[in-house]
Amino acid sequence: MKRLLALAVVVAAGCGGSGDKKATEVVLVTHDSFAISKRVERAFERESGLRLRILQSGDAGEALNRALLTAGNPEGDVFFGVDNNLLSRALDGKLFAPYKPKALDRLDDQFLLDDRHRVTPVDHGEVCLNFDRGWFASHRIAPPRTLLDLTRPRFRKLLVVENPATSTPGVAFMLATVAQFGEQGWRRYWERLRKNDVLVTDGWEEAYTVRFSGAAGSKGRRPVVVSYASSPAAEVFFAGRKLAEAPTGVVDSSCFRQVELAGVLRGAPNEEGARKLVDFMLSPRFQAEVPLSMFVFPVRRGVPLPEVFRKHAIVVQKPLELPPNAIGANRDRWIREWTATVLR
Amino acid sequence: MDRNGASVRLALGAAVALPGAFLGLFFAYPLGSILARGLTGDGSVELRPGVLWFSVWQAGASTALTLALGLPLAWVVARFDFPGRALVRALVVVPFVLPTVVVATAFLTLLPEGQQRGILPILAAHVFFNVAIVVRIVGGYWARIHPRLWEAAATLGAGPASRLRTVTLPVLAPALAAAAALVFLFSFTSFGVVLILGGPTRSTLETEIYYQAARMFDLRAAAVLSLVQLGCVGAIVGVAGRLDRCVAGARMVAPESDVLVRAQGRQRVVVAGILGAAAVGLGAPLAALVERSLSAPGGYGLTFYRALGEETPALLVVPWRAALNSLAFAAVATGMALVVGGIVAAAVARSRATWLDQFAMLPLGASAVMLGYGFVIAFDDPPLDLRSSPLLVPVAQALVAVPFVVRILTSALRSIDERLRDAAAVLGASRARVIREIDLPLVLRSFGLAAGFAFAISLGDFGATVFVARSDWPTVPVAIFRFLGRPGAENAGEAAALSVVLMTMTMAAMLAADRLGGGRRGL
Amino acid sequence: MLRVDNVSVAFDGCQALAGTRIEVAEGETLAVLGPSGSGKTTLLRVIAGLTRPDCGRVLLDGRDVTAVPAHARGIGLMFQDGVLFPHRDVAGNVEFGLRIAGVPREQRRRRVAEVLELVGLRGFEQRPVATLSGGEQQRVALSRALAPAPRALLLDEPLGSLDGPLRARLLDDLAEVFEAIGLTAVHVTHDVGEAFALGHRVAVMLEGRVVQCAPPDELWTRPRDEWTARFLGMTNVCELDGRRVVVRPEAVRLRRGDDVTVLSVERRGAVVHVRVRGDDGDEFEAVTTELDHPRAGGRVTIDIDPAGVVELEERPSPG
Repeated sequence: MKRLLALAVVVAAGCGGSGDKKATEVVLVTHDSFAISKRVERAFERESGLRLRILQSGDAGEALNRALLTAGNPEGDVFFGVDNNLLSRALDGKLFAPYKPKALDRLDDQFLLDDRHRVTPVDHGEVCLNFDRGWFASHRIAPPRTLLDLTRPRFRKLLVVENPATSTPGVAFMLATVAQFGEQGWRRYWERLRKNDVLVTDGWEEAYTVRFSGAAGSKGRRPVVVSYASSPAAEVFFAGRKLAEAPTGVVDSSCFRQVELAGVLRGAPNEEGARKLVDFMLSPRFQAEVPLSMFVFPVRRGVPLPEVFRKHAIVVQKPLELPPNAIGANRDRWIREWTATVLR
Repeated sequence: MDRNGASVRLALGAAVALPGAFLGLFFAYPLGSILARGLTGDGSVELRPGVLWFSVWQAGASTALTLALGLPLAWVVARFDFPGRALVRALVVVPFVLPTVVVATAFLTLLPEGQQRGILPILAAHVFFNVAIVVRIVGGYWARIHPRLWEAAATLGAGPASRLRTVTLPVLAPALAAAAALVFLFSFTSFGVVLILGGPTRSTLETEIYYQAARMFDLRAAAVLSLVQLGCVGAIVGVAGRLDRCVAGARMVAPESDVLVRAQGRQRVVVAGILGAAAVGLGAPLAALVERSLSAPGGYGLTFYRALGEETPALLVVPWRAALNSLAFAAVATGMALVVGGIVAAAVARSRATWLDQFAMLPLGASAVMLGYGFVIAFDDPPLDLRSSPLLVPVAQALVAVPFVVRILTSALRSIDERLRDAAAVLGASRARVIREIDLPLVLRSFGLAAGFAFAISLGDFGATVFVARSDWPTVPVAIFRFLGRPGAENAGEAAALSVVLMTMTMAAMLAADRLGGGRRGL
Repeated sequence: MLRVDNVSVAFDGCQALAGTRIEVAEGETLAVLGPSGSGKTTLLRVIAGLTRPDCGRVLLDGRDVTAVPAHARGIGLMFQDGVLFPHRDVAGNVEFGLRIAGVPREQRRRRVAEVLELVGLRGFEQRPVATLSGGEQQRVALSRALAPAPRALLLDEPLGSLDGPLRARLLDDLAEVFEAIGLTAVHVTHDVGEAFALGHRVAVMLEGRVVQCAPPDELWTRPRDEWTARFLGMTNVCELDGRRVVVRPEAVRLRRGDDVTVLSVERRGAVVHVRVRGDDGDEFEAVTTELDHPRAGGRVTIDIDPAGVVELEERPSPG
């Protein structure tokens, strides 16, 4: 008992007093999918002279909401992980203080989403339909090539998608269908998918690792899934053995771009450090790291992609797109309509 | 009374203030803050209809099924002596303390496609989780009813079926009702299971709160739903508390050793059948996890377990550190829960401050996401800037563990013959001395049981932990969740391996607790 | 030296004690006799300090101890079924009071051996209490109560859970122990024999009141009212010249004759109880030590010794 109490005191002491560390520490608030190697983390700490602390709190949506709760009196200095689809919520919540990093000119204009520079793009990934090559080969069916293919009878019971109400790739894919078929047509498209027995999951984990037949070790039965353009590269990378070709493929025409952004939190205790961190996230060292640590693409021009990406990831040339303000204005309504169309 | 008595009363009052302060500071204050923010802010209160109705009826159905399926096992464990009985008693509890993410995922892999989503998987998972409550509460009660009762009924001409109807069930009624109330409570507030197995069209109050708060960021709707849920939970807790006192109040006559018999003849077949069915029902999802953790690429092996010692992009620390974190957090949480729960139990057992008992149960029914958000906005100013403190993890775990500690210790304290205290008093022991000489030694065994339970609950807690856990201090369930959120067989394998590690730790804690506690009281 | 003065206790509106008074002299054993529910146990709890009276006083050696809590009174209490501490062995139970009082270990050990010797349990120190028989448990309970040398000892039906020869033996032992140490004791029982055997005086209790308090012989020869007479086992209650009287059974003599019919004959140890009915319907009970006693169904004649006729106070017989 005494020892337990002593331990409690030690733990309490170890975590208290965060106030006086502010000058030497910079805190990155982000979601669970954020990952960088220790090597890059240490490089930042060496260059900046600051200790980097990472606070993760749930998936992208949850982390953003938590940050919004503390807007103005944030838990950290930098927030990373808001994407173009949720950007309006973050900006409306006055989450960020403007900052224009020096390296902004090394980025493609298409990634710059806020002309007041409250957010800085860090990476992008495309949400695309993936298919199980082996399944289509053994069933002697051609894999889908367009979104519309999936409404055809031969793709009945083959597709699994994520619920846009609970999943960020789910939102992206729903937006892809809005971009493709327009305000008028997208709901009819989903009605046809529903008739074709589309399976809806709450999150990417279940859709990809449990329902999709193409993921390694999966017992799933659906050979088409909403995932990422980089997923085939991940399959190869994590296969644990050499693979000549990725076991999964990507439907190029189905891709919708997700840009992930970072920003200096309004009221950050260490604003100076926050700026250094945002700068670092655009540095070649960090940018080169993102493909293998988070399976997304760097936004900085000229950063070399790792071999497994060059060989197996699909670089989408012409993703489907919607203007951010249209997304902001309509996202919640579209989600409600989607729910009414697909689930009711 | 004299000065001594008055000072003891003062000390008791001060002691009661401690759990009151703990629950007030770490439960009422943060939850109140977020509810106030939600109710005063804007947002729709456009609630999905039928959520309350679904919550109630699925909980009712889960309760009925759990009772029906748990009773045979409770009977076997209460009445029969067989090799491995202690192990069975400990094993049933493992599902109860496993994180819901792990179990729900295991269910997903087990169920055939087309059957994975919907009401049946939810009910199956709820039975899987809660069968322990029936086995431990009803079984424990059953084991203390003297077999002479049945013998008397038999000599009066009652056959087995008639004995069940006219003797067993009425006698067990208080225990059945208490277990039912608890199962209902857990099913009513079930989060992970409904979220993962319910599919997108089914939501209970708990998942709807999560959806509104964490997904739509509609705090107003979430706050309104939270109040509805708290009201329901308060009512259930009130009923459960009353039933609980009935169970504790019943004077039991038989020590366990007198009751246990070896099954004979046809009974052997029945007992073996029930144990076998339980082994399959409870074991299959767990076995699926073990199988997955061992199925390394290129045949079975320990690859995933070895990988737990290596750095991974899924976590900020090496995975096995999560096991150490879990043990440390659970130890601290257990300490907190024992102190807080012990004092509540002492007050409740002496019929003082019984409201504390009900109050201490409420965290079981509060939405974890709202409480987590509450922590974030309530503790945002020094000196109480605890938002990102790892201390919140054991605090959140302790909130979940306290009700169990209270239950176990209260029933232990209540079962102490009041005359023992009188005897000590007459021999010169003051009130404080009586507590030290009589109460403490006699509940020491139950303290062991309560500690084991609190430890296991803290180890397995996911809901309360995930919203406060710091990513550089992950617990095992949080680490499992992170692994499950990443692609590839390796991550899935490591998640399964960690699940098996967690299962083992939980089982060890429960076995130790049962040994210490004799496994007779409360849960 | 022990006085209970006009004490009343009510539980949930139910009067357990109603103005009860008793007095126990130094070295005296007072037996409190009454049916269950008469308030005997509550009386003991009030004396011990475990129950606070609603009104009235408890005096110990002339000092008012009503407000003194149980643990500071120095009064011993032996419970109905022992109530030994299950987590301590025999020595641990017996030395409990000494330990609380801060008596050094070696002294405790000697005293424990002494009182165990007194109750005939020498060498039982290390025995776990669960392994003891009922009689042994009661002896341990007695030595536990005696060990701190209390100013008075209260016994709550100490033989209640025992039966047969064991009971008789422990009864003898108790009487002997009390005699040997000259203890002031209050002994509560519902058993007339036990009360008469142990009590220097016997207080008969009914519905929270002491109905009569007297030495056993006096109680037997002069029961105050019908209820007391009946409780003591006298059944020969009848009207005589418009007054209620009881005829003690030993005052009913049997001889050969043909006046009354023998209804039943029942031997209780050395004496035989004979029940007869006169032709007028009156029934009487007689006792005899004769081996040649009448048989059921026979006819005898009875004589009544006027010394055995006791006039009773008016008081309706309860229940």
